[in-house]
Amino acid sequence: MRPLAYARVSTVAEAVEIVAADPAGAFLAGGTTEIDLVRLGVARPDLLVDINDLPLHDIEDLPGGGVRIGALARMSEVARTPVIAGRYPGVAQALLLGASQQLRNMASMGGNLCQRTRCAYFRDGVSPCNKREPGSGCSALDGLNRGHAVLGTSEHCIATHPSDVAVALVAFDAVVHTAGPGGARRIPIDDFYLPPGDTPDRENPLRHGELITAIDLPPAGIAERSVYLKFRDRQSYEFALVSVCAAVRVEDGLVTEARLALGGVGTKPWRSRLAERRLLGAPATAESYAAAAAYELSAAVPRRHNTFKVELAQRAIVRGLTQAARGGMR
Amino acid sequence: MNTAIGRPVDRVDGHAKVTGGARYTAEISLPGLTYAAVVGARIPSGRVESVDASRALSAGGVLAVLTHENLPKIAGQPRLLPSLLGAAAPGQSFFPMQDAAVHYAGQPVALVVAESHEQAQYAASLVDVAYRREPSITAIDEGRDRVYEAQRLFGGLMPGRDERGDVGTALAEAPVRIEAGYRFAANHHNALEPPATTAVWEDGRLTLYDSTMGIRATQLTVAHLLGLPLSHVRVITHFVGGGFGSKAMTWPHVTLAAMAARHVGRPVRLALTRAQTYTSNGHREEQEQRISLGATRDGRLTAIRHHKLSITSHFDDWAEPATGVSSQLYDVEHYEGVHSLIHGNTMTPTFTRGPGETLGVFVLETAMDELAYELGVDPVELRLRNHARTDPRGNPWSSDGLAECLRLGAERFGWHGRDPRPRARRDGDWLIGTGMAAAAYPVAFFMPEQRARARVYEDGSAVVQTGTQEFGTGVLTVATQVAADALGLPLESVRFEAGDTDLPNTSAAVGSAGAGMVSAAVHAAATALRDRLVAMAVTDADSPLHGADPAAVEVADGRMRLRDRPETGETYADLMIRRRLADAEEVGSWTPPPLTTPHGLLTFGAQFAEVAVDPGLGLIRVRRMTGVFAPGRVLNPKLARSQLMGGMVWGLSQALLEGNEMDTRHGRWGASNLGEYLVPVNADIPEITVEFVEVEDDVVPLGIKGVGEIGQVGAAAAVANAVFHATGRRLRRLPLAAELVMDPPASS
Repeated sequence: MRPLAYARVSTVAEAVEIVAADPAGAFLAGGTTEIDLVRLGVARPDLLVDINDLPLHDIEDLPGGGVRIGALARMSEVARTPVIAGRYPGVAQALLLGASQQLRNMASMGGNLCQRTRCAYFRDGVSPCNKREPGSGCSALDGLNRGHAVLGTSEHCIATHPSDVAVALVAFDAVVHTAGPGGARRIPIDDFYLPPGDTPDRENPLRHGELITAIDLPPAGIAERSVYLKFRDRQSYEFALVSVCAAVRVEDGLVTEARLALGGVGTKPWRSRLAERRLLGAPATAESYAAAAAYELSAAVPRRHNTFKVELAQRAIVRGLTQAARGGMR
Repeated sequence: MNTAIGRPVDRVDGHAKVTGGARYTAEISLPGLTYAAVVGARIPSGRVESVDASRALSAGGVLAVLTHENLPKIAGQPRLLPSLLGAAAPGQSFFPMQDAAVHYAGQPVALVVAESHEQAQYAASLVDVAYRREPSITAIDEGRDRVYEAQRLFGGLMPGRDERGDVGTALAEAPVRIEAGYRFAANHHNALEPPATTAVWEDGRLTLYDSTMGIRATQLTVAHLLGLPLSHVRVITHFVGGGFGSKAMTWPHVTLAAMAARHVGRPVRLALTRAQTYTSNGHREEQEQRISLGATRDGRLTAIRHHKLSITSHFDDWAEPATGVSSQLYDVEHYEGVHSLIHGNTMTPTFTRGPGETLGVFVLETAMDELAYELGVDPVELRLRNHARTDPRGNPWSSDGLAECLRLGAERFGWHGRDPRPRARRDGDWLIGTGMAAAAYPVAFFMPEQRARARVYEDGSAVVQTGTQEFGTGVLTVATQVAADALGLPLESVRFEAGDTDLPNTSAAVGSAGAGMVSAAVHAAATALRDRLVAMAVTDADSPLHGADPAAVEVADGRMRLRDRPETGETYADLMIRRRLADAEEVGSWTPPPLTTPHGLLTFGAQFAEVAVDPGLGLIRVRRMTGVFAPGRVLNPKLARSQLMGGMVWGLSQALLEGNEMDTRHGRWGASNLGEYLVPVNADIPEITVEFVEVEDDVVPLGIKGVGEIGQVGAAAAVANAVFHATGRRLRRLPLAAELVMDPPASS
């Protein structure tokens, strides 16, 4: 492991100031991904600023029915908070289906949003990878790409974003709050995740020294009947082949509102706006869901080993919408 | 007198393990300890053009950087032989860092020694190695034009071809034929403890703490490679965190640790990283198998042709032998088993739990399931109809039990009344299927004489020793049980000691042979000591047993007594104190039967599984498994059940999850950690029932046939046959990944 310095701070301002001043400085929250990446030599900070003492752990109601989740709230705390489980069951379920209990007890919400891809070529530290070493090429394009994305890909990167909870947050238009050298910002979560394009090393718009302080979930009645389904090779402690966050409002047999987001198949947590639009006004039937799913995946670009994901994602969407229309997780 | 054997006693090392008191090799702390880190080659084929160690050498705490340019030459390369033989057992007949050639990715090209583990790891990342890349072959698909038939396997131990009768004609004439080909991804062992070695030199003598399944193999191999007298090499292994074959052979890092320690003049600990375990201790090779069955209409097998193709290293003809069971299990006149190989740029593959036969039986038992469908015969009945009464030489089995396993398994599982039609049972989105397979695994007698020593002290407590090692199987516990019974002592009075080559010699604990051979040696030593003390008593004029027939004396709770007059006798302690003996000691040995023993040698079992398959999403959930086994005498049912259940979990895992793909462009494995190489989590494992069928066996040691492998054999086939029953689709690859299992898209 590379030698590095460690500092522990107690205010947001101090944290931002120290990291901003050191080009190779980085924040350390739960550390469940970051320490791995440091040990692998993939992340190469000279200084880790431990932010776990910052007052960013609370989960609070917002006027009007939304919820604010502190960036340092742990995944397990958020999942068991009644207001999350009650108003946003898809979010709670996404959290519970991620990682393992031990990791969920440690991993922070802000860190979860910033976690890096599990692409083996990114993590091995030696293969060409545009995300790790811009301009070196993408080993996954013609390599072992079973786990890779079919949506939002570019010729420079096809790595999936691994977060589960981000998929649910994207479905419900969460807003990311940050504090940085230039002040505070509010970033709609769908803008928080950047498609790889020709800069796959840049995954979000955070500037150096800018820290996530909170995540707001706006009020959304439809979320109360949301579901999060995750399909993977083994039954726990694994990233998704495909996951679906879905919520549907049905009146007189017709879909009047729909939220749909996918994990495991996109280069970013994938809000399925094409499918959502297609569903509006459609009969709440498996046929409509399948048509919407096909529409969403019509833009898919599969590679040699992940072709199955195009079909699998469509089937998963139908399952998700069907279950959501039946009343959600409960 | 038989009180401890057969009882489900707790592990003698259980407390130490759950409290952290058990010290594993990488936890051995020594004064002046330094730490070594291996730099593995990034290319699979070519040469090291240059090594620039300047950045590494200037990093904090670095003591040395060794490369092919400054590492001393080895004294000699021992030949590759399985460690069970009791000879030197290098995992491969190639030792790295002797020249600039690179034969496989991960091959050690440099070794860094530093004051701390972290410093060594960091400095290893700073060693700049320039390579010249040459073309490589790292997968079967790349080497199909270079296939050759292996003459001998396992370092010359086994023939590559096994045939009898005229299989071509018999298949051509068979009224019913089943033919299929299978592809199997490579497997890695993933023992929880990555291999580690700590090397200490003192006055030209070497002590190695090594995480190995065979301390003697480590001693012999390292002594040979370094040209040391055997008396100058001592190997100590107290606990090993799992082996599964990965620690059955002595891999290069062990000797590199010794060479590094000699170079820096201080003790060196070399602990492989998790990623390095995928390129440092062998693997189950990527392979293809084809099988043809010929049968009569009434379901009698007439011919089996079973071919295997796999990839090995450039330096060894290694293949897991896959035809040892398919050639013997069923009564079939015409048989042909052939192993073909491709030389490739991987390290030499090695034993992986259930070596060879686990996939050989998968192929055989899947074909039998197909034959059962073809004929409309119940799969259990088809096995019963064809089970051989003797081995192919006409020798009776040392013990059998297959039919009883099949019948008991069918009963416990609730097999009878099964509707054989595929895709006939549904539960919501899930299709339900059941499947079964016969299981068999060879009993191997390649080991030399095994020895143990038993000592009783004047207070009636005992120490029994042999040079085996505990790697999770429970051998410390069963050997204590065997010693206690043979000496006639309570379990608490016996301490069993192992894990040191200064103790009497036993071979590596591999091939399901560990418990049997260790127990046999311990039994011989303890019995010899008891007999000696009894003889001493009956010839001692002051003993109440004076003049008695030794055969009329039994020992219980440390007291020798007449069997038919128990009130007459005395304790070991009484006798020894009177005779002023502080202790008494005997060495005992057990010699395996010759390879020509006129007996068939297989362990038998039967496996049953129920699965639920979601054909839309390609998901498989195993709902329950039943395994029934006839492993001979069961020394400790608690430990045996655990080991068999663990084997069945391995089988489930092999069916559903395990596989490592090669990125042939880079010549590197796709998975190099436990996040990428999937093994089951608790949520994947259903209710598992393990049952025993008792068989008497007087050929194998103490009647023990072993439980190390048989639990795994057949389990994957039972699962895959259940998947066929559920879905009506026969899948020809493992693992059964979602993309294979999901129904194909409706054609548009």
